[in-house]
Amino acid sequence: MTDMANHTRKAQAAASRGEARLYLLMAVFCVCYLAVGVRMGLLSASDPVEPTLARGSEAGRPVRGDIVDRHGSLLAANLPGWSLYAHPREMKDPLLVADSLATIFPSMDRDELLKKLTGKRRFVWIKRPVSPREKQAVHDLGFPGLHFGNREIRIYPAGRTVSHVVGGVKAEREDVRFAEFIGSGGVEKFFDDRLRDPAMANEPLRLSLDLPVQQAMREAVAAGMKRFTAKGASAVLMRAKTGEILSLVSLPDFDPNEKPQNFRGAADRNPRFNRAAQGRYELGSTFKVLTAAMALETRVANAATLIKTPPALKYGRHNIRDIHRMPLQMPLEDIIVKSSNVGSARLAMMVGTRRFKDFLKRMGFFEPSGLELSEAAHAKPLLPYRWTDLSSMTISFGHGLAASPIHMAGAYATLANGGKRVKPTLVAGDHPSGKRVFSEDTSRQMLDMMRQVVVRGTATRTDLPGYDIGGKTGTAEKVRPGGGYYSDRVISTFAGVFPTADPEYVLIVSLDEPTDRSGRKPVRSAGRTAVPVAANIIRRIAPVLGLRPVPQVLEEGPETIGARLE
Amino acid sequence: MTKHGIALLTLTIIAIAAWAYNVNYNTKNALQRVSTLRAEIAEEREILRVLRVEWAYLNAPDRLAALVAKHNEALRLIPMTPEHFGMVAAIPYPPNSAKEFERTNVFVNIHPRVEGQGGVPLPPARPRVSPTGWIRQ
Repeated sequence: MTDMANHTRKAQAAASRGEARLYLLMAVFCVCYLAVGVRMGLLSASDPVEPTLARGSEAGRPVRGDIVDRHGSLLAANLPGWSLYAHPREMKDPLLVADSLATIFPSMDRDELLKKLTGKRRFVWIKRPVSPREKQAVHDLGFPGLHFGNREIRIYPAGRTVSHVVGGVKAEREDVRFAEFIGSGGVEKFFDDRLRDPAMANEPLRLSLDLPVQQAMREAVAAGMKRFTAKGASAVLMRAKTGEILSLVSLPDFDPNEKPQNFRGAADRNPRFNRAAQGRYELGSTFKVLTAAMALETRVANAATLIKTPPALKYGRHNIRDIHRMPLQMPLEDIIVKSSNVGSARLAMMVGTRRFKDFLKRMGFFEPSGLELSEAAHAKPLLPYRWTDLSSMTISFGHGLAASPIHMAGAYATLANGGKRVKPTLVAGDHPSGKRVFSEDTSRQMLDMMRQVVVRGTATRTDLPGYDIGGKTGTAEKVRPGGGYYSDRVISTFAGVFPTADPEYVLIVSLDEPTDRSGRKPVRSAGRTAVPVAANIIRRIAPVLGLRPVPQVLEEGPETIGARLE
Repeated sequence: MTKHGIALLTLTIIAIAAWAYNVNYNTKNALQRVSTLRAEIAEEREILRVLRVEWAYLNAPDRLAALVAKHNEALRLIPMTPEHFGMVAAIPYPPNSAKEFERTNVFVNIHPRVEGQGGVPLPPARPRVSPTGWIRQ
């Protein structure tokens, strides 16, 4: 019995041992498979390593993304470059080094170099940045103690053409391994964080700008500025439905590839001053369109309502007058077409100051334009300190409120977009319209009136056949620093929409102190200055935009041709 | 039997060792190659970046405009204007006579200055460009 019991116990022990081994084996296999599995999982989950150059440590190197236009043309990019520095203690003959360097870099002074190289410092910068050719020349010298560091160069291939939009950068932190740039103006400053974000480094910032259009427009504006000997000029082309700015020109401009020079003189002559986004001007009669739209919207008048336009409108001590003699009463449409200050002031009174202010607020005239430029953030329109009825009356024809041309573009785009608020933007993409300011009906009527201004009003010189342009001129006398207005210095503006049948583009052209001297007397009115410039701009940019003129049937058609053929 | 076993085992171990040695060095070579390739890719990328900038610079509109102005003699290019657009519908069929053309052609080319010989309008003439860039009308 005991024997049997013994035997069974032994067998049981053996069996349990075998079982234990089996479990052990299973555990080992499990661990092995698990290890393989985990490793595979890790491999598949890990990111591929970005290949890097063998120069120095790459990890801490700052990045700055590219900027491109709406079609992907480069507007700003980085180029690898070098900086030249020296360890004077390693040098044998600083005199010879200074001499040779002065011949390679003509801009550098030999004595100053020598002072640097013989000073007590162990490390001196010699030149930043250095071009490849200069680098080779310094290499060929073969002097000890001269070293090259890595330094990216921020480059703007389009140069002056886009200067006011891109702005510029300055070197913030400099090292022998890298230089860190921060934006110093324009888009570069506004989107500084976005451009420096390493996660976005491979994704260029796409602007709404259209480079060929920008070039054509800049040329046309520059030619116009020269022809009318203007002090400065600005032009903005905006897509009416999205608020995207296709072109922004402000002259004079600068080369963003060059180091900014200190500018001495009046701020408005500084080439870095952005007249389109930063400058605030009283934009004159272009405001009348907005006033008329308010009158239509509040139903105090319609396009045919007769408005009294006496030669002068008295308000307290003030007299509001028109430039030319006008009929004693005119339909609202003619107030726009003939540009009557008195009529416009009357309309403002019919709308009422409270509603008048409210409309301007909803069109964005009470805050900075929100354009993505560092300069635009500070350009809040200048409003009257105390807004009286008189303020409303003068603002109704564009005096007493100074806003940037960008603000105006936004307001006209709002009208052209069926009355829905359009915010100016420089970033490409679809931007939904904002709240409704005017009804579709008001928008339609105002577009027709703007068309009439071009057909039979103050802007006939911009009537290009087939483009169906509409708009309004504005000639505003400039404010004299001591008070009052200059009589011979004006800001002449054309604010236009085309084609008026289905508005696609809004164009604002503004000239600073233009004079047309082609006639016997110098003429400064916008109809003779800003308007022909705008016409020339549209002539140039419409084909670039791919806009075909709509063919027109001439009324006298065959006879004209026949007459010419004979 | 055990002798044979040991010999076999030794041989196997040597073979495995040789294999492991080989694999080890292959791996090291492969890693070396990977880092070389990475450096090469990085270099190519950098070249690509430089070329992209160069392309943008060479195609910058104001540079092209300057070149066009410089080679105006040979190229004779002018900016596109609205007059350069035409419509097929605006082109008349060849008329039998000038009189018939006068009678039938209702559409007039958008260019207002169309003149022609033998009843067929000529394409608009090239506008002359003055040095300031203004198109003389």
